[in-house]
Amino acid sequence: MSTQTSARRRERPIRVASGRFPWLLVVPALLGFAFLLLPFLGLLLRAPWPTLGTRLLMPEVLGALRLSLTTATVATLVSLVLGVPLAWLLARTEFPGRRVVRALVTVPLVIPPIVGGVALLLVLGRNGVLGQYIYAWTGYSLPFTTAAVVVAQVFVAMPFLVISVEGALRGADRRYEDAAATLGASRSTIFRRVTLPMVAPGVLAGAVLCWSRALGEFGATVMFAGNFPGRTQTMPLAVYLAMQQSPDAAIVLSLVLLAVSLVILICLRDRWVSAP
Amino acid sequence: MPRPLFHRVAVLLAVPGLLGTAACAPVEDTTDGSAGPEQPETTLTVFAAASLTESFEQLATGFEQANPHVSVEFNFAGSSDLAAQIGEGAPADVFASANTATMDLVVDEAGVAGEPETFAQNVLEIAVPADNPAGIEGFDDLADDGVKVALCAEEVPCGAASDTVMTATGVRIEPVTREKDVKAALTKVQLGEVDAALVYRTDVIAAGGTVQGIGFPETEQAVNDYPIAVLADAPNAGPAADWVALVTSDEGASVLADAGFRTP
Amino acid sequence: MTPTHPALDARLVVRRPSFALDVHLRVAPGEVLALLGPNGAGKSTVLRALAGLAPMVDGHVRVDGLDLTAVPTERRPIGMVFQDYLLFDHMSALENVAFGPRCQGVPKTEARTRAARLLDRVGLADHAGARPRSLSGGQAQRVALARALATRPRLLLLDEPLAALDAHTRFSVRSHLQRHLADFGGATVIVTHDPLDAMVLADRVMVVEDGALVQQGSPVDVARRPRTGYVARLVGLNLYRGRADGTRVTVTGTSGAPVAVTVAGTHSGEVFTAFTPRSVALYRTRPDGSPRNAWRLAVDGIERFGDQVRVHLTGEVDLSADITPAGLAELALAPGDLVWASVKATEVACYPA
Repeated sequence: MSTQTSARRRERPIRVASGRFPWLLVVPALLGFAFLLLPFLGLLLRAPWPTLGTRLLMPEVLGALRLSLTTATVATLVSLVLGVPLAWLLARTEFPGRRVVRALVTVPLVIPPIVGGVALLLVLGRNGVLGQYIYAWTGYSLPFTTAAVVVAQVFVAMPFLVISVEGALRGADRRYEDAAATLGASRSTIFRRVTLPMVAPGVLAGAVLCWSRALGEFGATVMFAGNFPGRTQTMPLAVYLAMQQSPDAAIVLSLVLLAVSLVILICLRDRWVSAP
Repeated sequence: MPRPLFHRVAVLLAVPGLLGTAACAPVEDTTDGSAGPEQPETTLTVFAAASLTESFEQLATGFEQANPHVSVEFNFAGSSDLAAQIGEGAPADVFASANTATMDLVVDEAGVAGEPETFAQNVLEIAVPADNPAGIEGFDDLADDGVKVALCAEEVPCGAASDTVMTATGVRIEPVTREKDVKAALTKVQLGEVDAALVYRTDVIAAGGTVQGIGFPETEQAVNDYPIAVLADAPNAGPAADWVALVTSDEGASVLADAGFRTP
Repeated sequence: MTPTHPALDARLVVRRPSFALDVHLRVAPGEVLALLGPNGAGKSTVLRALAGLAPMVDGHVRVDGLDLTAVPTERRPIGMVFQDYLLFDHMSALENVAFGPRCQGVPKTEARTRAARLLDRVGLADHAGARPRSLSGGQAQRVALARALATRPRLLLLDEPLAALDAHTRFSVRSHLQRHLADFGGATVIVTHDPLDAMVLADRVMVVEDGALVQQGSPVDVARRPRTGYVARLVGLNLYRGRADGTRVTVTGTSGAPVAVTVAGTHSGEVFTAFTPRSVALYRTRPDGSPRNAWRLAVDGIERFGDQVRVHLTGEVDLSADITPAGLAELALAPGDLVWASVKATEVACYPA
């Protein structure tokens, strides 16, 4: 039996004529991909390769890169802690005005980030709606600090996480939660041990989106946290300012940011998203 | 401010527009004969530093009245952005830069007709919130402990000028932020998030009453020259020269002075 | 504690826009009650209401005399096996079974020991570390049963426990399930639409249609004396309701006109008459002889049924007849043909409605 099977395996498979080539899908798909890839190629082609090494080793570059990676990661963690419960609330509960809340969650996606930054200043700044009390009582003012960078990133990036996780929660089979309840699991146990593992791919996808958005964040950061090398100057800010003087330097910085984020995202994918 | 955006769009549209008129010209000659001879409309394209927006728009109104067949289109942006666009072949007639370095770049790469002419100067001022909470009176006060100062980033002109003044005077200001441009620095002052910012005098005036400007003598260490020139490849060299003449005239000087510029 | 109360006593009233359920259940300790009914009859809603997963508008749920009506699902002493088992894919079989005890506060090692013992009992000790995804349907069903039993419930709820299995697996899993239910001391409610499951597994059968109880009794009783068309079709009987007067029963025919059915004994009042398709004989010409019922009917359809052929007939009454393939060939029946169908009076069961 087994020899027969292996013998059969060596035979040439019969070719079944497949249907017409799906041009209607493949052509737009390739165009779409090319559209996304070409600007990246432009950066690669225009990169000042001979001076690349020396530019990379400049302490400002490393400082901005380190700050970007740290703040984006912290922002993602904060978004997870606040955003996953928010997504749960939106997906699994009924309360008056839920639709409005849901729409409000997406506000940071539609307003220009720079406006978001001004809005953050108006609320959390030294003279802000809340910030003035914090400043009056503690003497602490959030703008121009590394924490402000994280706050700006959370503001613009968390909606991506919330929307992704909410979608995953809505798509998840709630009967598993029923099953857990019949086994005596409390709601928090169900959430931790059944719901969260079930929607883990959605949470991860959301976290990756959130992290990427935080890493590329510019407008809200520059408005709310300002720009100070080593403290609030993230890579996108460094890129913008480099552009004012030397486009070459800006290209190098952009490539560094792209390369580092691609490596991290690809590694994450291999490590966590092993599903077919 | 919708006008600068409109002008930017207009410049983009102007390129195919120019090609279109050129291609249609012979046809118009034969069909429009009955309409009588009419001088063709000329569009003068002026690339100018963003800080010149209000002054140049005001001058354009008079210019268009004096020259009914010429309409002026502006492209206001950062000087270096404009220089890059001119380098890439944008169809500009006149370039007015906020500093000589950028003008030198254009002279080298695209070429200008004649010599660039300095038509205005801009100096730094200290912008403080209307109530001046930190009680700033002069440049030295900016170095005091506890005074929150926003400077422009060293990569942009107002930041470079600030650094020049600091180096010349030996006063070390520890800013909380190096803002990406003047507007960002002013916003921080307007919202009271910083006690002071070093910006150009024209920016203080443009901000109206929302900020208070404090002049300081040390600013003479970093006076910013604004040069203007007709580009070598200008499609409309004649009107372009007229525009430069207007800007450098007494009338031009008075409009620029109202905006806070020093004029020669 | 004297067993003065049943293991389960519940009245369940559930109302939804297009559906209403109102049933009363009593199940003795150790008894297995099967709920039989067509899709959409509300069987699963009964289980969900018992588990506290479907909100009730009225009624009560008492298990071992304890009122659970307002007790949340997670604090009810229940075990539930869902139709497609709903095993947690991110846990091993053992972790699935240990999940319930852990939620009840049993220490980890003890919960795992208990789970391992249960898996051993259902014959899956070798698969303790397996992910549910890699288990066969029958194995998954047994893990689900072990998981439900692990919390030591007093009420076991099984929702179509065999529906997802193929015919072959179904047989072995059914007998396996039968053994475990026999060992279980609490009340069991099992929902099924397969009469065979109900006959084999249940001590008592309740038939639910359109959210209401329509018949209950021992499996044998329900199988022999169906009271609705649905049950009659399930158990394969021709069933008519009518009025008896002596040996003559007047039933309502297909078109609503009265049709006479002769039965063996004497009866009176509202009755059901039922006979098996096997007891129907078909003839091309009118049969005569001993007291029998004979109707001239048209052939509506023919299908294979085991080693027989089932002929569906329509006319004054609708009925099914099982004949041999040889008989079919002899009669040379085609759809639309008219034949005589006859049933001996002694073959017709008659019981009060």
